[in-house]
Amino acid sequence: MASKNFEKFSSVFLLAGLTSLIIAFLILGLAPATMVNGMAPDEGLPAKIPSDFQKYYSSVDQYRSALKHGRDVYVSEACWHCHSQYVRPVSNESLRYGPVSQPGEYHNVLNLPQLFGTRRVGPDLSRESGKRPNDWQFAHLYNPKSVEPRSVMPSYGYYFEVRKKDGSPLKGEDFNSPEVEIVPKQEAIDLVAYLQWLGNQVSERSNSTFDPSAIVMPPTE
Amino acid sequence: MTNSVKTSENNLVSYGLAQAHLLIAVLYVFIAVLAGLTFSLQFIDLYPFKDIALLSPGRIRMVHTQAVAYAWLANAFFGVLHYMIPKLTNHKIYSEKLGWFVFYAYNFLILATVALILGGHAQGLEWAETPRILDPFIAVVVVLFVFNMVTPIYKARANPYYVSVWYVLAALIWTPIVYLMGNFLPQYVFPGTSGAAISSMYIHDLVGLFVTPIGTAMAYYLLPVILKRPLYSHALSLIGFWGLAFFYPMNSTHHYLYSPIPMWSQYAGIVASVGVHIVVYTVVFNVIATMSQDWKTVMSNIPLRFLFVGIICYLITCIQCAVQVTLSVQKIIHFTDWVVGHSHFVLFGVFSFWSFAWIYYLLPRLLKTPMYSASMMSWHFWLSTGGIFLMQFDLLSAGLVQGNLWADLAPFIDSVIASVPFWWVRTFSGMMIFVGEALFIINVYMTWKQSREQTSVPSGSSVQMAKA
Repeated sequence: MASKNFEKFSSVFLLAGLTSLIIAFLILGLAPATMVNGMAPDEGLPAKIPSDFQKYYSSVDQYRSALKHGRDVYVSEACWHCHSQYVRPVSNESLRYGPVSQPGEYHNVLNLPQLFGTRRVGPDLSRESGKRPNDWQFAHLYNPKSVEPRSVMPSYGYYFEVRKKDGSPLKGEDFNSPEVEIVPKQEAIDLVAYLQWLGNQVSERSNSTFDPSAIVMPPTE
Repeated sequence: MTNSVKTSENNLVSYGLAQAHLLIAVLYVFIAVLAGLTFSLQFIDLYPFKDIALLSPGRIRMVHTQAVAYAWLANAFFGVLHYMIPKLTNHKIYSEKLGWFVFYAYNFLILATVALILGGHAQGLEWAETPRILDPFIAVVVVLFVFNMVTPIYKARANPYYVSVWYVLAALIWTPIVYLMGNFLPQYVFPGTSGAAISSMYIHDLVGLFVTPIGTAMAYYLLPVILKRPLYSHALSLIGFWGLAFFYPMNSTHHYLYSPIPMWSQYAGIVASVGVHIVVYTVVFNVIATMSQDWKTVMSNIPLRFLFVGIICYLITCIQCAVQVTLSVQKIIHFTDWVVGHSHFVLFGVFSFWSFAWIYYLLPRLLKTPMYSASMMSWHFWLSTGGIFLMQFDLLSAGLVQGNLWADLAPFIDSVIASVPFWWVRTFSGMMIFVGEALFIINVYMTWKQSREQTSVPSGSSVQMAKA
């Protein structure tokens, strides 16, 4: 067997195999971390409560922990499996979403673990902050089809409470009745706070007025 | 194989352990496919459990992927290793009791994982959604399993190893390291971009350094055993092995191309991914060359048919990999269903198929009963094969449509609307696979039931197995 000689050095090879994993880990795993070192992990968390959320949170600390809770909801519902969180410098993504992602902007506790994602069933969310009002976000979470009829996103009705405005128990009333209101639970409020924070830490905001939906296709007839 | 000794077979292999892992694996593959099929209904607006928190589509998706990787494939691999390693080394595992402890502990952790993910406690790391609280326990159980398996390999060190042992040994050493790295560092130590760099290593190494080497070892063992012919080239198989050891770990960053991870790291990942060609062609050539000595048997024997389709899928998926990692292709196909198609092809078309081959080969021997129904096996084969190729073709096409619509700046919802027909086909192909798996589990259950009924058959007859 010609390979007998080859195998005499088998333990050396085994060590080499292990080493190759370690080298790969050092180069591809740890080295990129040096590009963003020296930054305190808390940098990037907002210093004040955005005006839209002042009615929900009384202190910055409360707002910050709400962001973390919102992130946890985002993780537990696997939002990140259908919505990515980075804008690539290709495929016209900076026109669609906003500025291309930079390494530093992810260096904060809300990205522990990171939520880059690898699939876009829905759009990227890394520039979501301020794009749509909170009411839109709540309506969309409660029932995505209410704002986008062709959406395939799941509805998250269990993060909302359907109740009568006067507080009396709900007894099979029509949801459209003016007596009934649908209010977000804490999970939904925190999740929207998180969504409205995404991209907020980027100082250079996009001033692009490009609106893809404004493209008018030529009439077919 | 050459050193397997027939006479001591009964004492050498713990049949009960191998059987327990394989049987529970069959249950899990059914559940995994069911979860995937259920999730796919969300995309065509037929999801049956709307607004139920515990069965929310996102959570079911995580159960699907976790069940495929850790419940189905890992249990199938553990079962096969309990048989293959003692046979190849002619030594017993370290301790059968430890083996049973690993079996119960590991599967308890699987059930806990499912329960906690459905309860909303998933970890936010791809392929590592196992809740944080369970990660340390899984690491311990995996280390115990590794210890159990490395012992016979160590005892047999005097003779040259068969190539399968090389693959298994490497996987056993890599897996705990990879698991600890991927589950803890991005979760607790490195935020953001640096965490993503490590996460991408985990995504890749789980497939590249755990699933691929053990799967390849399984193929290299089963093929010569059933064909009763030696592997075409031992030297070639070792070149493939060392190619894997050196190229695969460097591949990782190709999962986050054009991301904020430093570009030089991405280039390294791309170059190493193209280097994987060396590994692929040696393995594929070796397997096909061995098969070509006796095509008649390959085509008529169900385990070999699964092995054959698996190696074809392996070739396609690896060529696909080396093409799709290039930056120009990534521009369009990243974030699309193309990638989803690719991963289904890898984990179902290649490694699940090889596991099916093993289960159809081994289970009749472990249970000392031929498989209940040959036609069910055949239907399982054709439905799985038809299903996975249809799904692959469908999702690759969907990916191209989605990617091009995005690049063309069509409104985002247009890419969703355009995808719906593809998602219908995807669900249909998933149903084909699901029916195949249903036949599989029924067949295995009936075989198991028959083996219970005829326990008094003398053990000598076990050699005359059904032509599985």
